[in-house]
Amino acid sequence: MSEQLILQLVVSGLGMGFIFALIAIGLTLIYGVMDVVNFAHGEFIMLGMYATYLAYVTWGVDPVLSLPFVAGLMFCFGLVVYYLLIRRVLTGNMQSQIFATFGLMVFLQAGAQFVMGADYFAVRNSWLSGVVRLGDVVLPVPQIAAVVGSSLATILLYLLVFRTSIGRQLRAAAQDPQAASTLGINVSLMYALAWGIGAACVGVAASLLSNFYYIFPRVGAVFVLLAYVAVALGGFGSIHGALIAGVLIGLLQVVIGFFVSSELKYVPVYMLYLAVVLLRPRGLFGRS
Amino acid sequence: MSFTRRRFSLAAGSALAFAAKPAFAADPVKVGALYPLSGQVAKSGEDTLNGIRLAVDIINKKYPNLKMPLAADEGLPGLGGAPIELIAADHQGSPETGAAEAERLIVQSKVVALVGAFHSSVAATSSQVAERMGVPYISGESEATPLTERGYRWFFRTTPSSRTQAKDFFTFLRDINKTHNNSVKSIAVVHESTLWGQEFAKSVDAYFKEFPEFQKSIFVGYQQGTADVTSEVQKLIAAKPDAVFHASYDAEAILFARTYKQYGFNPQGIMAIGASFGSSAFRDALGADANYFFVREHWSRDLAARNPLVGEVAKMYRERYGKDMDGTPARAFTAMMVLGDAINHAKSRDPEKIRDALAATDIKGDALIMPWEGVKFDKTGQNILTRGIFVQTLDGTPKMVWPADFAAAKLVWPRPAWR
Repeated sequence: MSEQLILQLVVSGLGMGFIFALIAIGLTLIYGVMDVVNFAHGEFIMLGMYATYLAYVTWGVDPVLSLPFVAGLMFCFGLVVYYLLIRRVLTGNMQSQIFATFGLMVFLQAGAQFVMGADYFAVRNSWLSGVVRLGDVVLPVPQIAAVVGSSLATILLYLLVFRTSIGRQLRAAAQDPQAASTLGINVSLMYALAWGIGAACVGVAASLLSNFYYIFPRVGAVFVLLAYVAVALGGFGSIHGALIAGVLIGLLQVVIGFFVSSELKYVPVYMLYLAVVLLRPRGLFGRS
Repeated sequence: MSFTRRRFSLAAGSALAFAAKPAFAADPVKVGALYPLSGQVAKSGEDTLNGIRLAVDIINKKYPNLKMPLAADEGLPGLGGAPIELIAADHQGSPETGAAEAERLIVQSKVVALVGAFHSSVAATSSQVAERMGVPYISGESEATPLTERGYRWFFRTTPSSRTQAKDFFTFLRDINKTHNNSVKSIAVVHESTLWGQEFAKSVDAYFKEFPEFQKSIFVGYQQGTADVTSEVQKLIAAKPDAVFHASYDAEAILFARTYKQYGFNPQGIMAIGASFGSSAFRDALGADANYFFVREHWSRDLAARNPLVGEVAKMYRERYGKDMDGTPARAFTAMMVLGDAINHAKSRDPEKIRDALAATDIKGDALIMPWEGVKFDKTGQNILTRGIFVQTLDGTPKMVWPADFAAAKLVWPRPAWR
């Protein structure tokens, strides 16, 4: 068992893990602020990836350069989803909220297939492709970029939520919307921002993913299920919980896949999730 | 008074006679088609269904220049020129949905036969419904071997099964060893883990006895729709096989090929069952990196050199659907032609008669666009006259390279290093 193999497995696991984490963070932010589970979260990934691909193919813009624009585009999309759809179902019961985001998911998947077709696309030869060699060890650049990009995005998000006045208002609206509004905080705007920022996180993840993953209407499903697990595992509403859980899942699937069986590599992930749900339902870091 | 009454009753009588007349012989013959038109393999589903649509069009309209059965006439001559009406249903890749849709097509749409289903797992359940309800089911592209081992009367399969295809891989490697100093000794298999992939792995496993010069290296199964294949590829790197057999759908083919390049995994040859490593989606996504992969193909456009019919049909497909035909739509096309031929011979819409006509099918190779000797079904409903070819992507185009006697280009072995 060579060190280079272990290092390669770890880098790859971290790469995937940070991507899962970033997607999960977007999801947990939305849930944490307003108690709504975004079932269309996977489709946000899909849209971000298509946006990156289209920018690449139409104007030759590399994913690294289009990343801030894709994040901005997804931020606006999150706002639009909030104002057009979510705001109307917030006053309804939980079933309406579930159906609303679930319906959005179906609509976006079918819409993507209608507009773009069911074909698989891939960004060929982006700047962040290829490998880095450290002696005998081969480290894929896209995975390293995923770690770096996702970490930066997470740090920025952390600073936003815990060190700015907007972040304080967000947290206040999350804790107690009525009290927050009596203090003059525009709760509806905070909710919209939560959607926008959550979608922007996904936009960053999507842009990083486009460097090495293929794009098609159902691509969201591949990542979002693990993101939901990361959110539940880390604790609904906890940003650092989602981060740690996402990275853990990334490492677990690559280690089990190599040492035990590739067909069963997600089984321990789900088993871990079951264990947490049974033994500690609020997740590793969630509020009770 | 009586004059007009007589006239009236004469007129009324003839009107009633017309109204009560039974269905015209030229009423359409309804055939149901079950394919995945949404979901993970929607693209392949649609491309395959288009092959069937093309066949239906050729049957229904006059194409006197095409030398294949039913092309020169309009509709089915045995049924007074009745056209075939194709009713397509989306099974979404789900075996349960496939079964439900099969039942709906039979009971509500009243189809006389079913064609399907791309996924072997869906063909299994939907043909079960057809067997129960006594409706013929023909599959042009579902390859899992057990489909013809269930003792069914109503199931027919024109495409070769996984088992017969697996043998082609060994025959091919044995041939390679003759001209390349016996350099291939160990074989690894990478396969997706639904019915199709598992069946292929099992079939390959069974042939090591018949080809004792090869050793079994690692067998890596993976979940369809996996996010990352690093662990799978690292296992392959550790095992160091000389040749790798792949059973993957389009999406993971792209992922694996990229990951192989990332880690510099380069066995002497990588050969795939199923069109994925030669498809246009694969070549678009990988560019020059798509070169040197082999695909055990059912069909190649290069076959037109031997039989011009192949080129003509391929051209029609390209003109109508904007894409090049590949082995899966070609086989679906062939299955539909075989079904049309059987219904025509049966001269009836009765499912039992159609079934008997299918069982008696005997079509010669030159009436087909496939490289087969013909179509003839054995007792289990399996076509026993099939033949495979190997195609290698060279300079961005898939070229037929084996068997050597009708090769369009010289094969490249071993793979050059990744650039």
